[in-house]
Amino acid sequence: MATIRIQAEPFDPAAETAVLTGGRGDVGATVAFTGFCRDEGGRLSALELEHYPGMAEAEIARIAGEAQARWSLSGLTVIHRHGLIRPGEPIVLVLAASAHRRAAFEAAEFMMDYLKTRAPFWKREHLKDGTAGAWVEAKESDDAATERWG
Amino acid sequence: MKLVYFAWVRERVGKTEETLDLPDGIATIADLVRWLKSKGEEYEYAFENEAVVRAAVDHVHVKPEASIAGAREIAFFPPMTGG
Repeated sequence: MATIRIQAEPFDPAAETAVLTGGRGDVGATVAFTGFCRDEGGRLSALELEHYPGMAEAEIARIAGEAQARWSLSGLTVIHRHGLIRPGEPIVLVLAASAHRRAAFEAAEFMMDYLKTRAPFWKREHLKDGTAGAWVEAKESDDAATERWG
Repeated sequence: MKLVYFAWVRERVGKTEETLDLPDGIATIADLVRWLKSKGEEYEYAFENEAVVRAAVDHVHVKPEASIAGAREIAFFPPMTGG
């Protein structure tokens, strides 16, 4: 029941919410998280997102399945972009719908914590001077955020 | 056996993917890494800190002690930084 898309193109959170809730009377709450590309104080011209085709879809589906087992959700949409993404552009969308707000809030946060540490994507910095910078290093705080879900 | 590499592991190995005939006695991910490191300095470099490099067998995350018997595709990559 989860909608999962891996794409190079930008997405529109409002349009995705309309698709998820359109024609339904059972949805009482949606929580949409959108992650954007930052310029890191003007240092970056873009982030390049590399992914593992096939596994990215499979791993996000496994995480979504776990969220659906833990919370009573009316719908779940996950969109993750790849390729070159400029500062200010969206990278990732998690949209959780449920009858009541708590399930939607918690499921969206759970999805993001697991996406950060389990979905096979890697960010590389592109610098303002036109050169390719370093691969972004994984954060221990992201691992800790995932582990708290048990 | 098809091996695929991503991000800086791909850059250090110098290729996106390759198909290798594995010798007998390679039963786990850890065995495979040990054998790869003996093949050349590009692998030595990619796996210089073995604890950091992650692995997946047929699109599923695995630990170093995981069996590779029957695997179609094995992937090596750095800790993930998506989201």
